[in-house]
Amino acid sequence: MELRSSLSRARGLGSAKEGVHHWWGQRVTAIALVPLSLWFVVSAIGLMGADLPAFQAWIGSLFNAVLMVVLVAVLFYHAWLGMQVVIEDYVHGEAAKTTSLLIVKFALAVMAVACILAVARLAIGA
Amino acid sequence: MVELTLPANSRIREGKTFPAPAGAKKVKRFRIYRYDPDSGENPRLDTFEVDLDACGPMVLDALIKIKNEMDATLTFRRSCREGVCGSCAFNIDGINTLACTKAIDEIKGDVKVYPLPHMPVVKDLVPDLSIPYAQLRAIEPWLKADTPAPARERLQSPEERAKLDGLWECILCFCCQTSCPSYWWNGDRYLGPAVLLQAYRWIADSRDEATGERLDQLNDPYRLFRCHTIMNCTMTCPKHLNPGKAIAEIKSLLAQRL
Repeated sequence: MELRSSLSRARGLGSAKEGVHHWWGQRVTAIALVPLSLWFVVSAIGLMGADLPAFQAWIGSLFNAVLMVVLVAVLFYHAWLGMQVVIEDYVHGEAAKTTSLLIVKFALAVMAVACILAVARLAIGA
Repeated sequence: MVELTLPANSRIREGKTFPAPAGAKKVKRFRIYRYDPDSGENPRLDTFEVDLDACGPMVLDALIKIKNEMDATLTFRRSCREGVCGSCAFNIDGINTLACTKAIDEIKGDVKVYPLPHMPVVKDLVPDLSIPYAQLRAIEPWLKADTPAPARERLQSPEERAKLDGLWECILCFCCQTSCPSYWWNGDRYLGPAVLLQAYRWIADSRDEATGERLDQLNDPYRLFRCHTIMNCTMTCPKHLNPGKAIAEIKSLLAQRL
């Protein structure tokens, strides 16, 4: 039975005094992804049917390698922020919420590292 | 986890039918949600056939006629009957609005009347609004100033006063609050559009000296940032206000002080 007053429930644990960085980061990464995705799609079309040496030559250029790493970093950071919002919206219960947040964020971090290492390996050579 | 099953007493059964008096020419069917939590029975949808030739033009007129002449146990809130008090807010024809300003002839087919969505129901069309009221209290909707009160009123220029237009008109009917999916899912922590519009009304007030403190209180992943600009609030507002814009202004102010 809960006999707490409505005001006590409304105030809850108080304000986190944090949240605007997350919101701002989501907007900035979304806007940054527009040119980066366009560049990626155009490049991918240009590389259709290319063999491994041709692809290595393409990513071997510093310009392409840097943009590729930036794309991966921005994309996965955006996914990190976005997935957090989805989970906070729909998963209720502290234990389930915390567990799913940790699993999803860890998986995204691992995928980002794997992508960046793949770029490095291709660009610099194994 | 995600809740996939309905809580107890969610399924709505077909209820009773109250026919129109014999000889009625212009009959409109009102389908009204009825629920008495104390009875332990599921909610039901009663049908009232109302003779529009003997009824006022608004949905509230029909509800009052039904209560007076057909079924006195129908329970709903109403007071001013002219869109000022915010008491008669219901979900009418699928949209949250005030029964007193919604014309019956605007509605095609049966008139469906439900309580405001996703609030506990006290009885029939009366929702329990104690949490939204407490949330309003929690944002401290009154002037806060450290400057000692002058002999006369605290002055405000016409331009400063104009910033409150579109905010002061809110009558706290909670149509927007209860139309917001984010408020449905996280209403225990998200303050909701009506309360955030009120919060912005005091942030925007040139006479208030607690702006930073107010922003600190709102800067929270749930209290403010559960708003995902779905804009149901602005769509549904019977006073044609824009809570979505007020929330965006708060976010923008928070970003300005980053």
